[in-house]
Amino acid sequence: MGHPPGGPAIAVSDLRMRYGDKDVLKGLDLEIEAGGVTALLGPNGAGKTTTIEILEGFRGRSGGEVSVLGTDPAHGKEAWRARLGVVLQEWRDNGKWKVRDIVTHFAEYYRPYAEPYGPDELLELVGLAEQSGQRVRTLSGGQRRRLDVALGIIGKPELLFLDEPTTGFDPHARREFHELIHRLTDLDGTTILLTTHDLDEAEKLAERILILAGGRIIADGSPDQLARAASTTAEVKWIQDGALQVHATDDATDFVRKLLATDDGAVSDLEVHRASLEDAYLGLVARFESGDAETAVDTFKEATR
Amino acid sequence: MNTTAHEYRTGWKRALIETRISLTSPGDLMGFILPTGIAVVVLLFMQNADFEGAPVSLGSMNMPSLIGMNIVFGGITGMVGILAMDRTNGTLLRAKSMPGGMTGYLVGHLVSTAMFIAVTVIVLLAVGLPLFDGLEFGTPDRWLMFLAVLAMGIVAALPMGAVLGALLDNPRNMGLVIFPIMGLIAVSGIFYPITALPTWLQWIGQAFPMYWMGLGMRHALLPDAMAAVEIGGEWRTLTMFAVLALWAVVSMALAPRLLRRMSRRESGSAVAARRADMQRDW
Repeated sequence: MGHPPGGPAIAVSDLRMRYGDKDVLKGLDLEIEAGGVTALLGPNGAGKTTTIEILEGFRGRSGGEVSVLGTDPAHGKEAWRARLGVVLQEWRDNGKWKVRDIVTHFAEYYRPYAEPYGPDELLELVGLAEQSGQRVRTLSGGQRRRLDVALGIIGKPELLFLDEPTTGFDPHARREFHELIHRLTDLDGTTILLTTHDLDEAEKLAERILILAGGRIIADGSPDQLARAASTTAEVKWIQDGALQVHATDDATDFVRKLLATDDGAVSDLEVHRASLEDAYLGLVARFESGDAETAVDTFKEATR
Repeated sequence: MNTTAHEYRTGWKRALIETRISLTSPGDLMGFILPTGIAVVVLLFMQNADFEGAPVSLGSMNMPSLIGMNIVFGGITGMVGILAMDRTNGTLLRAKSMPGGMTGYLVGHLVSTAMFIAVTVIVLLAVGLPLFDGLEFGTPDRWLMFLAVLAMGIVAALPMGAVLGALLDNPRNMGLVIFPIMGLIAVSGIFYPITALPTWLQWIGQAFPMYWMGLGMRHALLPDAMAAVEIGGEWRTLTMFAVLALWAVVSMALAPRLLRRMSRRESGSAVAARRADMQRDW
């Protein structure tokens, strides 16, 4: 259906978006292969929602090429829409409906295009089986969001968009939600693109993180790659002669090798900590926002290669 | 599978669910029962009053007008309210995110609003016939006229409501629709014969469907001799249908364009902005 087999799920080149005289996106390039979870990470106001809304076909663009499942979202027809799932930041729609009615009815829309989930199977999958007779507006925040995910995946989409899925969640609801996303990715190779301003969430959920700042993708890689690129120093801790020892080094491997070669077995409880990606991310964003864009990009160059 | 036919079928199913929800939601029901109940009680008191020696009391005379008014008022405010609310809570955007969702959504709400109006009108009729003396509803020609006016009123009011609802993008501005309609009720001969008004006000009343729906319902439910009270001393059946049809055609021509524009502008950030705007005010 217009989507070349094996082609990327999302291909964007030189995407530009301008509101009035403000450039929100300044030549964004990205390509996402089918399958897996990709996080679009960035501070608030970086243009994440604008980007995802352009990809969803909800918003026009000022310039650039965009292809989502082989189709330009600006001209996507209903058959194309049927292959997408959309979960927005906050949805309070159809509050008077009963949970089971809404999943049963909304599945109908997809029937000409795909075999949608049955209501029981779907509610079971997102953990709302017990709430099936409840009115939607009586659900808790976390339950409501799981219903949104259910409605997003109801037509078994090839590509699922999640925009800031856990904003405002308590830690428990957050963990349940993350478990749900893991379950989805195990399921059937759905490609997931999620936006978040929370690095911790991106690390937990995504195989690949794209950092958006200043209207461009400034870093691209696996959480591990990004962390490695970001952290040049590591902290080595150990116990020796009953005392805690701490040493900061640029080359932890070399330091530890030397340490263990000369300690005569006195070193115990050895730990090596790299600076967390969080430190690096916050530093990166800060550097970017202070206008030091080139340095920020350089920091991550290794990771993107 | 024919996707267009499927979208309409889905819309129909949606209408049945929405109607069931409306008829079982205290809020929706009270929105009809409270004002209508008060109006009926007022009319009951008006049964002791006559208008220039007409054969039927003022109360009985206004009962059909109330039914006509209810169709126009319910049709317009129903659609406007739904479209405005659903843009704020994201229901419309949800529809946009599904294949054929917008068609299903609109068909669903047009049909369910029509069903809700039909139910309320039948209730009004069932309450009004035994309570008010002089109403005539015993013969098939009157049933036919009643149904024809009801159908025409729904067909005119719903697209008008869709047009206004598409233009109005914040529930906060509902008053911009409600108050002018209230004003129209005053000059449409609903609670007192229009002929008692100055001529220029009569012309304003006659430019809008509210007056003609009242007239049509009086035609369907009052003794023929009551035509003498109307403008020109007759029911003006053809003119009535023609004016209502004109409003229906104009609204139907505008509605799809405006609804498409409304749908095109819908996005998550638009919904969020609208909600933030409302929260700032309240």
